[in-house]
Amino acid sequence: MAETKRIFTFLLRFIAFCTTLSAVIIMVSSRQRATVLVFSFEAKYSDTPAFKYFVIVNAIVSIYGFLVLFLPSKSLLWRLVVALDAVFTILLTSSISAALAIAYVGEKGNPIAGWLPICDQVTKYCNQVKGALIVGFISVVLYMLLFLYSLHTVLSPLLLEKS
Amino acid sequence: MALQSGEKLPMFIGHIWSKQKSRWTLLGLRLLAFLAAAAATLVMVLNKQTKTFVVATIGTTPVNLTLTAKFHHTPAFVFFAIANGLVSIHNLVMIMVDLLGSKFDYKGFQLPMIASLDMLNLALVSGGANAAAFMAELGKNGNSHARWDKICDKFGAYCDRGAGALIASFLAFALMLLISFLSILKLVNSSSHNSHNNIIALPN
Repeated sequence: MAETKRIFTFLLRFIAFCTTLSAVIIMVSSRQRATVLVFSFEAKYSDTPAFKYFVIVNAIVSIYGFLVLFLPSKSLLWRLVVALDAVFTILLTSSISAALAIAYVGEKGNPIAGWLPICDQVTKYCNQVKGALIVGFISVVLYMLLFLYSLHTVLSPLLLEKS
Repeated sequence: MALQSGEKLPMFIGHIWSKQKSRWTLLGLRLLAFLAAAAATLVMVLNKQTKTFVVATIGTTPVNLTLTAKFHHTPAFVFFAIANGLVSIHNLVMIMVDLLGSKFDYKGFQLPMIASLDMLNLALVSGGANAAAFMAELGKNGNSHARWDKICDKFGAYCDRGAGALIASFLAFALMLLISFLSILKLVNSSSHNSHNNIIALPN
C-alpha cells in the first residue's frame, strides 16, 4: 500500500514536471515572421510581458519539480515540500490567468481600444501559444492535485492521531 | 513523566497566544480582507469613462466620435470583478460563521473546511488580480509589436481607477495569504492539542 502510494506520487510528480517543461519549450520556440502591408515583423513570445512571466514561472516550477523527484521518501523536507507546493501552485494559477488574458486580446482584439486581433496574420505563432497555454493549464490542475495530495499525506498523520 | 513534561512545553507555548486573541486577530484580518476585496469589486464595476474625439473636420463642422471605456469590454476585468466579489462574499460568510456559528456542532469538519476554502479563495484572488494587472500594463504601455496603442493617455481617469482597484485587490491577496496561513496553523494546533490530550490521558 505504501509502495503503490510512493509510485503514484512519483509518477504524478514526473508527469507534472513534464507538462511544465513542455509548456516552457513550446512557448519559447513559438515565433513566426509575417508581412503586413509593407512591414515585416516577427512575433515572438518575448513581445508580451505576460508570456515572459508565464515562461519564467513555469521554468522555476519545472526546476523545483525536477529537484523534488529526487527527494528520499522519509526525510523531514516533505513539510517544506508542502509549503513550496502551495506557493508554486498559486504562482502557476496567476501566470496562466495572465497569459490567458493577453492571449484572448490577441485572438479576439478589443474594438473599443482599437486593438486588432493578430491571430489571422500569425496563425502558426497563435496556435503554438494556444498549445503552450493548454499544457500550462494541465500543469496547473496537476499541481493542485499534488498539493492536495501532499497536504493529505504529510499533515494527516498529525490530524488523525487519535488513540 | 519525562515525556509528559516535554510534551507539555509546546502546548504551553501554544496557550500563550491564547485562543481569544487569535480568534479576534483572524476576525479583524477577515474584516480587512472583505473590505479590500469589496472595494476592488465596486471600483472596477463602476469604472466608466466617456470621451469625445474629433475625428475629422468637414468644412467648418467637426465630426465627433464618442467612445466609452467600460470594464466589461475586457474579459480579464470581468474575471477580476467576479473573483473579488466571490472572495468578499467568502470572507463575509466566514465572519458570520465565526460570530454566530459557535452553537452548531460540525463534528470536527469545520476547521479543515475553513482552511481549504481559504486556500481556494487565495488562488482565485491571485488569478484575478494577476490577469487584470497584465491587462492594465498592456493598456498603459501598449504593445508596439502587435500595433496596439496605449489607451491610458486618452482615458486617464479610467486607468487611474483601475489602478486603485488593482491595489485594493493585491492588498486583499496579501491579507488572504495571512488568513489562510493562520487557518492552517489553527487546524494543526487544534489537532495536535487533541492528540496531546489523548496521549496524556492514557497512563491512568
